[in-house]
Amino acid sequence: MRALQILIDGFAISALYGLGATGFTLLFGVSGVLNLSHGGIMVTAALIGWFAGAGHGLGPYAGTVIGVLAGLLIAYATYFAVVRPIQRSPAIAHEEKEIFILTGTLLWGIMIQVGMVWLFTDNPVTMRALLPGVVTVLGVRVTNNEIMIAVISWVAIGLLWVLVNRTRAGKALLAAAINPRGLTLLGFELSNIYLLVWTIYGILAGLAGVLLASFLGVSPLNAGQLTASAFSVVVLGGLGSVAGSLVAAYVVGYLETITAYLIAPTLRPIPALLLLVLVVYVRPQGLLGRR
Amino acid sequence: MFARRGCSAGGDWGLEVTRILRSRGLWVAVILLLIAASAPWWLSAYILGVLTTAYYFGVFAMAWDLLFGFAGEVNFGPTFLIGLGAYGAAILNSQTGAPIPLCLAFGTAVALVGGLLLAVPALRLRGPYFGLVTLVAVLLLQNAVVIFAGVTGGEIGMTVPDVLSIDSDVNYWYALGFLAISAILLFGLARSSVGLILQASGQDAIEAAALGFNVTKHKLAAFGISAVFSGLAGAMLVFYLGTASVDTVVDLSIAVQIIIAAVLGGRRTILGAVLGSICLLLATEVLRPLGQLNSFIVSAVALAVILFFPEGLLGYALHRGEHD
Repeated sequence: MRALQILIDGFAISALYGLGATGFTLLFGVSGVLNLSHGGIMVTAALIGWFAGAGHGLGPYAGTVIGVLAGLLIAYATYFAVVRPIQRSPAIAHEEKEIFILTGTLLWGIMIQVGMVWLFTDNPVTMRALLPGVVTVLGVRVTNNEIMIAVISWVAIGLLWVLVNRTRAGKALLAAAINPRGLTLLGFELSNIYLLVWTIYGILAGLAGVLLASFLGVSPLNAGQLTASAFSVVVLGGLGSVAGSLVAAYVVGYLETITAYLIAPTLRPIPALLLLVLVVYVRPQGLLGRR
Repeated sequence: MFARRGCSAGGDWGLEVTRILRSRGLWVAVILLLIAASAPWWLSAYILGVLTTAYYFGVFAMAWDLLFGFAGEVNFGPTFLIGLGAYGAAILNSQTGAPIPLCLAFGTAVALVGGLLLAVPALRLRGPYFGLVTLVAVLLLQNAVVIFAGVTGGEIGMTVPDVLSIDSDVNYWYALGFLAISAILLFGLARSSVGLILQASGQDAIEAAALGFNVTKHKLAAFGISAVFSGLAGAMLVFYLGTASVDTVVDLSIAVQIIIAAVLGGRRTILGAVLGSICLLLATEVLRPLGQLNSFIVSAVALAVILFFPEGLLGYALHRGEHD
């Protein structure tokens, strides 16, 4: 009974973690960018989606679409205002780009977070359920919304899989992750590929933010925590490996749910953090990492 | 650049001393220090209080710059070291009533041991992985403080029975003296051969190792030194404030402020970190009426510095000076 409850609750939250982390890891794999404003982007999508859906009476579905668009726009802003100038700056040595992008996106994430607090205050907001109602599965009460969120997450991940493995543009993305130089020699414009990966990233992060607002509720103050958990999931799975991130999302999601149900809700994040430290020490390339 | 010029490692000491005495920078520093020391006579107690905190922040930021600027490691968890020092000292003081110097030494030792325990395995990791482990260390410390609320006071924080001084002038001089000594030690270290080796291993670890330097040992030493200064500064800050709480010594937002201060002042300059901290804390006071937008503006300025003057304020000024 309780085991089933954990199984179902853990599944939904893990799917959401996976969705949030997939874009993050794809971005790193293809363009080598670790975006520390990730949480800020998710929060922006969530708040604007909530504002449009609830505040303007457009309903949860229109709110979701508007929120995802907001996530996409803020992801573009991150790329054009912060990441690309650093990548192209002649004053920053090549081997230092990475730490400059880390610090730059960190600062940008704070700006987004504070901006959102200023616009929407720091009260947590919850989107109206996408699908109201409750069903009983084998004696366990599950909200329809929870099922809906897991389904949307997996559909989005499935679409991403099709895009990356079955389309020409997606194959170019994979090629850029393996050997960007070879790709440019074949006549592909790398900046177009970067733009594509930022587009995919923005949509995924935005969707994850909106769904999170519908599932647990979101406050701008969560931005840092969201970045940290995406970063952890991605490193646990192996930086740049999408499949690894999904496995890691489930490991973290279930560890947290089990801790919360069986030990104490306050200890929720701790086992996952300890596991992360352990994995990073023993196997720095992560569960399914390739480097 | 500053560091590149002072590279006669263990060379002729007499010549070295004359060269230092003749350098313009030394006299500028001495005059600035004298002006700063006389501040209690011509500044209000309110601004003195802000500066006192800024000086402790200056030490945090210098210690961070040693890792980021020289060893090339992004440490997202400076507050792990600071928090260990602060809580180590505060707990000893409140549990046993030990005198302040002993508590300071204990806090520093806790930070050093904790820092080394973290760094020995973590330094095998590269760039982002190292950054993540330091970030996780802060989150774990934060959780530990809340879990052991009986000893640490949990989220509310704990009050220490002793304080450095109740006189704001004396507190100011303590902070200034501590800052000056730390600056001399860290700056000297950065300009020594150790600093150069660190810089080399930060820029190209493989080449530095090929030249016969033990990169890991040097980075570990840098982490240890950073831990000592961060821990001691954290412990002193506790005895200045009279309280230790997650919000003042552990929270990630403090880490972000330290990073902003160091980046603003200019990485790889050590002293720039002090300049950055003072600018940052004064700006925070000036912008306080703006409320939340305050940290938006501070972050935006720091981001602009990264984008347009990646060397920071002091780095940019020195660079200009060299060209003239």
